[in-house]
Amino acid sequence: MTLAAGSCPNGHVSYPTHPRCPECGEPQDETVDLSDRTAEVVTWTTSTATPPGVREPNTLAIVEFDVSDLDAEDEFVRALGQVTTDDVESGDAVEPVYVEELRDPDVGLKRETQASQDWDGYRWDPV
Amino acid sequence: MGVAVIGASMTKFGQRDAWIQELLSQAGEECLDDAGVTPDDVEHLYVSNMASGEFQGQTGVMNALAHDLGVLPAYSERVDQTSSSGGAGIYEAWQSVASGASDMTLLVGGEKMTHKTTGQATDIIASITHPTEYKHGVTLPSFAGMTARHYLERFDAPRESLARVAVKNHRNGVDNPNAQFQKEIDVETALESPIIADPLRLYDFCPITDGSAAMLFTTEERAAEIADEYAVVSGIGGATDTHVVHERDDPTVMGGVVESSEEAYEMAGLGPDDLDVAELHDMFTILEFLQLEGIGVADQGTAWELAMDGETAKDGSLPVNTSGGLKSKGHPLGASGVAQGVEIYEQLVGEAGPRQVEADVGLACNVGGFGNCVITTVMEAAE
Repeated sequence: MTLAAGSCPNGHVSYPTHPRCPECGEPQDETVDLSDRTAEVVTWTTSTATPPGVREPNTLAIVEFDVSDLDAEDEFVRALGQVTTDDVESGDAVEPVYVEELRDPDVGLKRETQASQDWDGYRWDPV
Repeated sequence: MGVAVIGASMTKFGQRDAWIQELLSQAGEECLDDAGVTPDDVEHLYVSNMASGEFQGQTGVMNALAHDLGVLPAYSERVDQTSSSGGAGIYEAWQSVASGASDMTLLVGGEKMTHKTTGQATDIIASITHPTEYKHGVTLPSFAGMTARHYLERFDAPRESLARVAVKNHRNGVDNPNAQFQKEIDVETALESPIIADPLRLYDFCPITDGSAAMLFTTEERAAEIADEYAVVSGIGGATDTHVVHERDDPTVMGGVVESSEEAYEMAGLGPDDLDVAELHDMFTILEFLQLEGIGVADQGTAWELAMDGETAKDGSLPVNTSGGLKSKGHPLGASGVAQGVEIYEQLVGEAGPRQVEADVGLACNVGGFGNCVITTVMEAAE
């Protein structure tokens, strides 16, 4: 399992990947694994009104990975995900930790079409 | 070709026993009656609706409504642009008349939601997100919480300024007999209400709502012949921003609001200083700030000052959400953008009753998703 960002020939990086680069329209022909990097919390929330199958409360954060070492045009790429704890602040350093199931796909709107996507992924764990 | 609005209506918003087809029919009939136009005059019918299939298990609502209203064989179409379906309906209706394809276009927006639990409704709405976001349980309110935190921290804005938006819009809603809530609240109540998506609390969010709203469009020439009072759609713009919210360059800038309002202003030959009244998409209190900045009324990071100073109140320099906004009027997804247009129309033709302000130019900004799709409409009173 990787936390794959996409990059295009012009050095733009996005998470998640897209068939075409959102910045310039070129095909994204490479991926960058973010799972072994650390990131910084840009902002976060603790949501107490969660849909069926989602943990409650659900703390989420937008984090920013430094990818300046890739020699790409973009120096940072952002990602959104669950946080392992409710104790988080903007500016905190976090690292991705793998989770087999982020929400219960057997309930909720996508229960009959749950095979249309995967349900594992990464949570942000304060370093 | 100039496009005029010659009639408008909305049903009572709130928890309704009526299902989607009946809600749409009610607003549609009242709108035709308001304009004094018979069903056989209608050439195009647009129905703004996000999710009647997901909410109620009924699809094809444009056909159902066309038959119920007796507008056959009018061209009919359902317009879905999530929360901005209503604004997109105004865009479609404007296009149909401006292009000459239709001389008389009826737009009806509606949604039936309250029979679902809050969790189920939240899930349906959250299904607009990217699968990599959806699996984390992200909801639209959680986007609002993250954006509000970033805004408050970055611009050193007081938490109270968001509460002021809720207090103002609840105050305005008292004068709207069709609003879901006709009840004033104070700042303390808003600040002490339960946390929904930290730092945002219950009163930072619009409710889940059933309801419908309608507008009737024709050419300016025909409006001048058959209508006593009418308004003109002088500018309209629509724009799309990223599907994945965190991929935007600046979390506090709604690019779709900026782009669509620039387009609308340019078409109208007007700017933010010309506005007399505005309806903004206050699905969450923070959105009122982001839109005031996006449409050029305030500089980035300063719209909270307008809320603190009362500038956006009914007696302020630019009254915002005189209808009560989504916050107090309610937010039946597909109806909301149409209901914004209804309020601006009523303000411009002098039919807003106790909510009336002096207005020759009004703007409505309808936001889909978390700024994913945006329609901005500028309307003017007919001369």
